[in-house]
Amino acid sequence: MDNYFVADVCDVAVIGAGHAGCEAALASARMGLKTILFALNLDSIAMMPCNPSIGGTSKGHLVREIDALGGEMGKNIDKTYIQNRMLNTSKGPAVYSLRAQADKAKYHTEMKKTLENTGNLDVKQGEVTEILTGENGVCGVKLESGNVYECRAAILCTGTYLMARCLYGDTIIESGPNGMRNSTRLSKCLEGLGIELQRFKTGTPARVDKRTLDFSKMSIQYGDENITPFSFENTPEDIYREQIPCHLTYTNAQTHKVIMDNLDRSPLYGGVIKGTGPRYCPSIEDKVVRFADKERHQLFIEPEGEDTNEMYVQGMSSSLPADVQLKMYRTIAGMENVKIMRNAYAIEYDCLKANQLKLSLELKKVKGLFSAGQFNGTSGYEEAAAQGIVAGINAAKYVKGEKPLIIDRSEGYIGVLIDDVVTKTSKEPYRMMTSRAEYRLLLRQDNADLRLTDYGYEAGLISEERYARFLKKKSDIENEIKRISKIVFGPKEEVNELLESLGTSTLTNGVRYTDLIKRPEVTYMALAPIDPERPQLSPEVCEQVNIQVKYGDYIKRQTEQVEKFKKLEGRLIPEDIDYSKVPSLRIEARQKLEEIRPVSIGHASRISGVSPADVNMLLVYLN
Amino acid sequence: MRIDLEDTIAAISTPMGNGGIGIVRLSGDKAIDVLENIFKAASGKKAGELSSHTINYGKIINNEKTVDEVLVSLMKAPKTYTRQDVVEINCHGGIQAVNGVLRACLEAGARLAEPGEFTKRAFLNGRIDLLQAEAVSEIISSKTESAKRAALAKLGGRLSGKIKELRDKILSAEAAIEAAIEYPEHDDEIVTKMSAKQTAEVVLKGVRELIDRADFGRIIQNGINCVIMGRPNVGKSSFLNYILDEERAIVTDIPGTTRDVLSESVSIGDIPLNITDTAGIRQTGDVIEKIGVDRSFEYGENADIIFMMIDGSEELTEDDLRILDFIKDKRAIIIVNKSDKAVKVTPEELRQYAEEQNIITVSVKNDTGVEDIFDRLKAMFMGGEVEISDNACVIGERNLESLRRAEKSLLNVIDTVDNGFPEDFISMDLTEAYTALGEITGETLEEDVIDKIFSEFCLGK
Repeated sequence: MDNYFVADVCDVAVIGAGHAGCEAALASARMGLKTILFALNLDSIAMMPCNPSIGGTSKGHLVREIDALGGEMGKNIDKTYIQNRMLNTSKGPAVYSLRAQADKAKYHTEMKKTLENTGNLDVKQGEVTEILTGENGVCGVKLESGNVYECRAAILCTGTYLMARCLYGDTIIESGPNGMRNSTRLSKCLEGLGIELQRFKTGTPARVDKRTLDFSKMSIQYGDENITPFSFENTPEDIYREQIPCHLTYTNAQTHKVIMDNLDRSPLYGGVIKGTGPRYCPSIEDKVVRFADKERHQLFIEPEGEDTNEMYVQGMSSSLPADVQLKMYRTIAGMENVKIMRNAYAIEYDCLKANQLKLSLELKKVKGLFSAGQFNGTSGYEEAAAQGIVAGINAAKYVKGEKPLIIDRSEGYIGVLIDDVVTKTSKEPYRMMTSRAEYRLLLRQDNADLRLTDYGYEAGLISEERYARFLKKKSDIENEIKRISKIVFGPKEEVNELLESLGTSTLTNGVRYTDLIKRPEVTYMALAPIDPERPQLSPEVCEQVNIQVKYGDYIKRQTEQVEKFKKLEGRLIPEDIDYSKVPSLRIEARQKLEEIRPVSIGHASRISGVSPADVNMLLVYLN
Repeated sequence: MRIDLEDTIAAISTPMGNGGIGIVRLSGDKAIDVLENIFKAASGKKAGELSSHTINYGKIINNEKTVDEVLVSLMKAPKTYTRQDVVEINCHGGIQAVNGVLRACLEAGARLAEPGEFTKRAFLNGRIDLLQAEAVSEIISSKTESAKRAALAKLGGRLSGKIKELRDKILSAEAAIEAAIEYPEHDDEIVTKMSAKQTAEVVLKGVRELIDRADFGRIIQNGINCVIMGRPNVGKSSFLNYILDEERAIVTDIPGTTRDVLSESVSIGDIPLNITDTAGIRQTGDVIEKIGVDRSFEYGENADIIFMMIDGSEELTEDDLRILDFIKDKRAIIIVNKSDKAVKVTPEELRQYAEEQNIITVSVKNDTGVEDIFDRLKAMFMGGEVEISDNACVIGERNLESLRRAEKSLLNVIDTVDNGFPEDFISMDLTEAYTALGEITGETLEEDVIDKIFSEFCLGK
């Protein structure tokens, strides 16, 4: 490194300032390490190049978990939301999903402000072109200027920028998302370090001018009256503001005809795009072709912010050429005169084959090099941020010489996400889904703090004050459940009057308090009038008492499943195991085990291509 | 226990006895090397030069002596039963020749295979699935023709097919629920709760049928456990001898000569029976005889069916009444023997102890009425069906346990819907049922649900 100009020295260098990079940099800096966050363009910090919303099914869970660990995403969206809704409230508490529409510009500004005002953290514009390594792994990053920033750990959060190109039908532009410049040199350096990359693809719909839409032909969607903050530090009153509605409209036969007539001009169908796109962000072309008998597809018109006329057309991502886009958008009710402000496009980019990662998100091949976000082959702001905070914590712990934070599948969606990403070799960008979480009854968005605050506190990301409040909440819940478990209601007049008003059968014998709560018509909250001894408790504590009692039987069963799971996770595989010495493994299994090098028997059992028989062989060998 | 699949194993793979030919089978990396050491082909080729999947004539030589003239089938991996190199040596039947060839193999470096080890290798090397592997081991050990047929049916994948059908139904219901959960704003009418309940009911019926068959499968696999009970000298041993068609039990006219129990496995037509003759039951001061009597009652407790024999030519004694009381609430057939003599016991007297159709009058001595017992037995255990293999599935204990767990989960699904709990809780038990059934065929959950969601529903932003 003698010939380089060393511009600065830090502990942790974070490459990329998207949702992963921001969380990573904040975590590292807040843990007391000198951190530099590099972005190709400081105006793209925490940019939302696709949908203008945060949260939704399973993604809302991730945001709350990030918050429980002491991350920023929840706080930032609470500052900048323009609509807030809790989805799925009829389908069970574990799948309640919080989603907020964001003001994109404010989201960026607020996050940038937070970064700029965090101690130990520098924000720097520039393209990182090389990761420098020495005997002890990562030792610096080099910018296009030739300047070197020495560091002890680096975190790759390059999103969709590496060797990115955008496709607008037959027009191909070598650029990052949203017209940003791309990063053209880092890929080569990574491959030089022996890191295997692959090519993924995703896409985004057009942005249209609000003034050219006829909302009278669409149905309107308001936010919730009683909003729920993402951050456990906020109350609804703290963040209350006027909300902006979204609108709903549909494609029709004419739309589908325009698409079918021009399919040959789609790079997806013309074979120009080689990257693999996600099934859950299908382009409108895909939807029309694959579900030919569906007469219409939903489209949501979502504002991009308060101070702009740009509207996001959710459900209509496309890589058709600009002229076809305009034609097809104008077939839609309420969009007959629409003007497109930004065209829909597909984007292709380099990303990591994530089985090269440890569960700590450190690359197996390069000591001190971590990675997070879309670079790891995931999709979504929330997935990125979730990995970002874990990579940030673990890079900091690595520098400090501490053991990494690994959240397991029974503790959080973050655990499921990371375990899946490094274990399963996904052929498409990976999206979080609630059905991926086998213990989702325990991994609710309402109890993310109960599950993960301890980890955040241990890492030093949770203030003493917040932690004290958390401990109080926890003991309040426990004490109240203990108290009501002892109470039996008799068939008294006041009890039966209340039950009747709730629409549930009255009592003739004594019934336990907890059994009453289990009735579908009854909640813990509703029983307050007949429970004069009830202490003053916060709404969050009441909610926990209600859920934990009401669904107690199911929760108990899932807790038992987790115990079994933990047993297999606890059977560790020695790090230096030589799989060629394990007799009778099938060749495919041997290769996969060699590649992923699972940490435990449980981990091994989740690798696709490793059968139960292989796991048995492994067990026999280890015994 | 350490399972070693790398070494080469050998075993005699035809039943011991005086068959026309015997086969010694080798499997493993060194199977051909072992053959090379002991086989002299008539063609003059060395074992290593022989083509795969050919039959070769020659001699087995051990310690410079010819052991037998043989035909050798040579099959190279992977297209073999175990996916390893396999050699089958067809030699002359008869214990000496077969043992001689086996010994030659062992001396040339093979290891004696454990029972079922070839099948185990076939399974572990991915040649057959777990169900097929179990079926093969059941064929090996099945005692009767029925059991063999049922096991064969399973090998053909009948159970696998049925399980797959049930799982597919669960998967569709589960995917609908998950799609509705993942995409709450999706406008397609995804009916979930009631259809989940209906699916649960349909699948539950299927699972219960399998459980019923499992019970039946156990019977045809293991045989019906029958116990013959009665006071001394009513003809129990004669009856057993009649069934066995051989004089194996000691038959005398002195009461109390059968002091312990005798057990035999036989097959009457299609019905496998494990028959236990017990000591005659009477009040006795003889300590040894008393032990025998106690054991008779113990066996009676555990039997699938009791044959209680009565001497019809004598009045019912106190000992008879004691046994009749014992069998009253159990599955039993009362056999009134010695109809060749003047009958003193009327069926009316016995009606309080058994249904009319389960009281059968016979003369073992003159061979009258005994067939009626077997007809009754068939009616009881086979529901009148004689051709039993059509409905039979041999289901091992492990699978039965999985079926019972699936049954429980499906009942939970129905309960959850009935109790007004939301979709998420339904999904929990559907997934469990799906997983439990998957254990039978050795399949796991993986990405099934997610794949199904995106193939069935048009979703996504």
